[in-house]
Amino acid sequence: MTEHITRDEVLKVAHLARLKLMPEEVDQFTAQLSNVLEYVSRLDELDTENVEPMAHAVELSNVFREDEISPSIPIAAALLNSPKTDGRYFLVPQIFDAE
Amino acid sequence: MAEYTIVVGLEVHVQLQTASKLFCGCANRFNPEHPNTQTCPVCLGLPGSLPVMNRKAYELSVKTALALNCNIARFTKWDRKQYYYPDLPKNYQISQYDLPFSYDGWLDIAADDADAPLRRIGIIRAHLEEDAGKNIHDESGRGNDSQVDLNRTGTPLLEIVSQPDLRSASEARRYLEELRLLLTYIDVSDCNMQEGSLRCDANVNLHVHSLDGKHIPTPITEVKNMNSFRNVELAIEFEAKRQYEEYQRTQQKLGDVPKTTRGWDANRELTYPLRSKEEAADYRYLPDPDLAPVTVTDEQVAQIKTGLCEFPADRRQRFQDAYYLSPYDASVIISQGLSFADYFEAVAKIAGDGKMAANWVTQDILREIKERQLTEGTYPVPADVLGTLLSQIHANMITTKSGRDVFQILLDEQNEATVTADRVMQIIEENGLKVVNDTGQLTAAIDEVLERSGSQQAIDAFRGGKENAIGPLIGQVMKNVKGADPKQVREMIVEKLK
Amino acid sequence: MSIVGLSAVDLLETMRSGDISAVDVTTAHLDVIAKREPEVHAFLHIDSDGALAQAEVVDRKRKAGGTLGSLAGIPVAIKDVICTVGQPTTCGSKMLENYRSPFDAYVIERLRAADAVLIGKTNLDEFAMGSSTENSAYQPTCNPWDLSKTPGGSSGGSAAAVAAEMVPLSLGTDTGGSIRQPAGFCGIVGMKPTYGRVSRYGLVAFASSLDQIGPMAHDTRDAALLLEAIAGHDRRDTTSIPQPVPSYSANLEEPLKDLKIGVPFQHFGEGLDSEVSDAVNASLDAYQQLGATVVEISLPYLSYSVAAYYLIAPSEASSNLARYDGVHYGHRAKDFDDLIDMYAASRGEGFGSEVKRRIMLGTYALSAGYYDAYYLKALKVRRLIRNDFDKAFEEVDIIASPVSPTPAFNLGEFANDPLAMYLADIFTLSGNLAGIPGMSIPAGFSSKGLPIGLQLQGPPLSEDKLLRGARMYERESDWKQKRPLLS
Repeated sequence: MTEHITRDEVLKVAHLARLKLMPEEVDQFTAQLSNVLEYVSRLDELDTENVEPMAHAVELSNVFREDEISPSIPIAAALLNSPKTDGRYFLVPQIFDAE
Repeated sequence: MAEYTIVVGLEVHVQLQTASKLFCGCANRFNPEHPNTQTCPVCLGLPGSLPVMNRKAYELSVKTALALNCNIARFTKWDRKQYYYPDLPKNYQISQYDLPFSYDGWLDIAADDADAPLRRIGIIRAHLEEDAGKNIHDESGRGNDSQVDLNRTGTPLLEIVSQPDLRSASEARRYLEELRLLLTYIDVSDCNMQEGSLRCDANVNLHVHSLDGKHIPTPITEVKNMNSFRNVELAIEFEAKRQYEEYQRTQQKLGDVPKTTRGWDANRELTYPLRSKEEAADYRYLPDPDLAPVTVTDEQVAQIKTGLCEFPADRRQRFQDAYYLSPYDASVIISQGLSFADYFEAVAKIAGDGKMAANWVTQDILREIKERQLTEGTYPVPADVLGTLLSQIHANMITTKSGRDVFQILLDEQNEATVTADRVMQIIEENGLKVVNDTGQLTAAIDEVLERSGSQQAIDAFRGGKENAIGPLIGQVMKNVKGADPKQVREMIVEKLK
Repeated sequence: MSIVGLSAVDLLETMRSGDISAVDVTTAHLDVIAKREPEVHAFLHIDSDGALAQAEVVDRKRKAGGTLGSLAGIPVAIKDVICTVGQPTTCGSKMLENYRSPFDAYVIERLRAADAVLIGKTNLDEFAMGSSTENSAYQPTCNPWDLSKTPGGSSGGSAAAVAAEMVPLSLGTDTGGSIRQPAGFCGIVGMKPTYGRVSRYGLVAFASSLDQIGPMAHDTRDAALLLEAIAGHDRRDTTSIPQPVPSYSANLEEPLKDLKIGVPFQHFGEGLDSEVSDAVNASLDAYQQLGATVVEISLPYLSYSVAAYYLIAPSEASSNLARYDGVHYGHRAKDFDDLIDMYAASRGEGFGSEVKRRIMLGTYALSAGYYDAYYLKALKVRRLIRNDFDKAFEEVDIIASPVSPTPAFNLGEFANDPLAMYLADIFTLSGNLAGIPGMSIPAGFSSKGLPIGLQLQGPPLSEDKLLRGARMYERESDWKQKRPLLS
């Protein structure tokens, strides 16, 4: 486990997480995340070789719904909280797919 | 020697034919005219919404995987694949990562050389995931906003990943055709490429043959945006030529540069580089804490297996074995789809002659379907009617020529109510087409023709060794006795003249 | 007659007898809110008109002789991370400042069906991330016992609202102690049920495999009443447990026979305030007086729970919060260069510091090359922690411990040291990792007059036992009678 995170890594992670950070935030997070990562590295002390990971607090399986149609919500409700819409679609700045 | 071998692996996405979406009750229906009308908190990814898995989608997936000879995982789970895109409202796609529900299968397809044995194409895995919505880009060039329609979001999608076992563009196309045939046979998808219910990406590279006999792999390109099988074929052909030229220019081998993504421009018939999706390599998968895993037992898998219909490949073989069809005829019939194969089989059973049934359905019926532009599943003549007609020919009750006449009359009548098996017999009767087996009547007719003075020349010629000379005599006998079998008439005349 | 400060059970009885109406009850509580809210800042939204209208409906129904729900006319405050139609659902974030949910959470449906009065939405740490309610984008909430102290968090608004007698009942959510710790800091009862006991449908997710909604109240009788109303199987939440809900109130007064309490004394050492330790020991003595046995138990992996938790919770959070991007809902930045920049700017502006910190931590833990070392490792340690509890519950009925190592701390005390704040969750977050129920009950006061909580935890689906066990002690102590002195 790496115990520290560099400023560059923080910037890379911020981009992955789509977070625009102020320069002072970058500094702050670099220090704080390093601290936390150093702390969590104590897990290395444990041998977990043959331990099944536990992703769910209650381990249910095969929970399905039947293939039945239920009503959708009105388009007005779908677009209710949209920051930008033309009444039919959600609008976003142009997406560039190709060069 | 060829300069290179093309190596292709295909990733096919197929929308499953469920009534509702994968994780919510919204209708699973292609509906671009009314954007954002088939949504709810779940498929909009609203705060507080939770997914619940559609049982049918999982069952259809297992059915498909079994048809592709895949192993079914006894334990499978759902993972979040994370990337930001406006058609993905949660900014993660619920998909499967390290434990897909099926893996290690295969699909047999015909080789480029039709006489060569079948080619077995490996299937790496098939996994179930949710489809994204649709972004509509402004193409005016004015930089207007893109529009986002989430009707498609959450549609169940099966991703089928082949091994890089395909060795030509035409082979890739045949793989897709066989796959589509299979999927429509088992009724899991309508595979409509125009509506996007079947989509395909191709991973293409070359093994360049060097002079010292080595095969040098070129960098892999993923080709996208191919909206027909023909385009897949064209794109791979184009890409192979392009890669070979690039290799000759740059000498770049696999591993020298990262995998690139290219789009297919169907108008210009070329591939062009797509801007690489940001940090495509880092999807930060994690097991979806909102969805329970799925377990199945051997018994459950066995039960689904027994409930499956006959697959195209098996049926192709059975048609050859049971109806004595040539591999070619069997292929033509099977490739027309499930309904057509059922039609053939119904005709063949009543006719009592598979070979004859195959000739008629692949020639006469297919021609009529095409000319009349009949929709799939409708036929110019019902199977029992055609079967009855062919059974009459097969039993030598009428001649093949008479059969064609009856067929034409049936086509002309075009009345569902009257075009029945009984009507076939009626037409034969009305037109006196029944083969005359009464040798007394035939002998009299032959004697009458042979005794005509005009016949002498032909008789002499025959006796002089010209076997064909009696053709006109047969014709005259046939004119008098409409239902006569020309073969039988010939034999009787020959006998008389000897 | 006095209404404010009565328990929900007593209010229901008084309303049933006809002495007071539901409108009286709601009006009285709205008055307290109007008076104390300027000091406490427990609410993000107060729906006075809506609440009175609901109370009127209850009164009309009662007059007409109609059947009334189990919480008819009782004002309930809702933590603002639970989707509620007709009220905002902001999650304490600028990101969702104007967000209106088009659907009710399962628990809201249940409360409406029970004829409860939804009086407003309470303050919280943004997206429930925090232990002090200072991470709210709107305001910090003050502890009613000492306005310079934090009420705890993240359900600080819900805890303070009950403690300040603004409402008899509230709903909180608990991902790592967010019900139990503020309940402890505010001297009330709070319960985190077994994971899956209460549907998460309509609960805005922080860490989906850890989040649970639970009751906050003055005493165990009220907590039992509220839990009864909201627990149950819900097909829309696949992690919801398909088992019937027992009547928690019915047997509440029946003491547990041969009660065996386990205490992980080995974890009482580092950083545990001596007054907290004394209060816990005193309560254990009281249990022994009641005939219970107290034994030491070992939970060897408990000391790894903070580390495991602060990998698992941020990882899930980084994924759950990816959807807030200003495309389909939520805050969209005004200035940006292109789509990617719009995402980053909207999220950069819309989220506060702690949320960003946890998203960063989770994104890092899940990113290529680190998954196995961090996230997967933490999931395995989670299993070991669960095994610890399973083993312990073979020996004992209930595990007792402090809720927090100290009483309520000063507002702003941990502003620059998030790790120190995380470490204070040591006693609570293991319960979320294991998925077991736990509750905080009042167990005394510090010399400065701050409440101290006792945590009781039980095996999965042992809520009835926990409540009965808690009630045994509650009946012998008078802590719940003590109320903060406010204007």
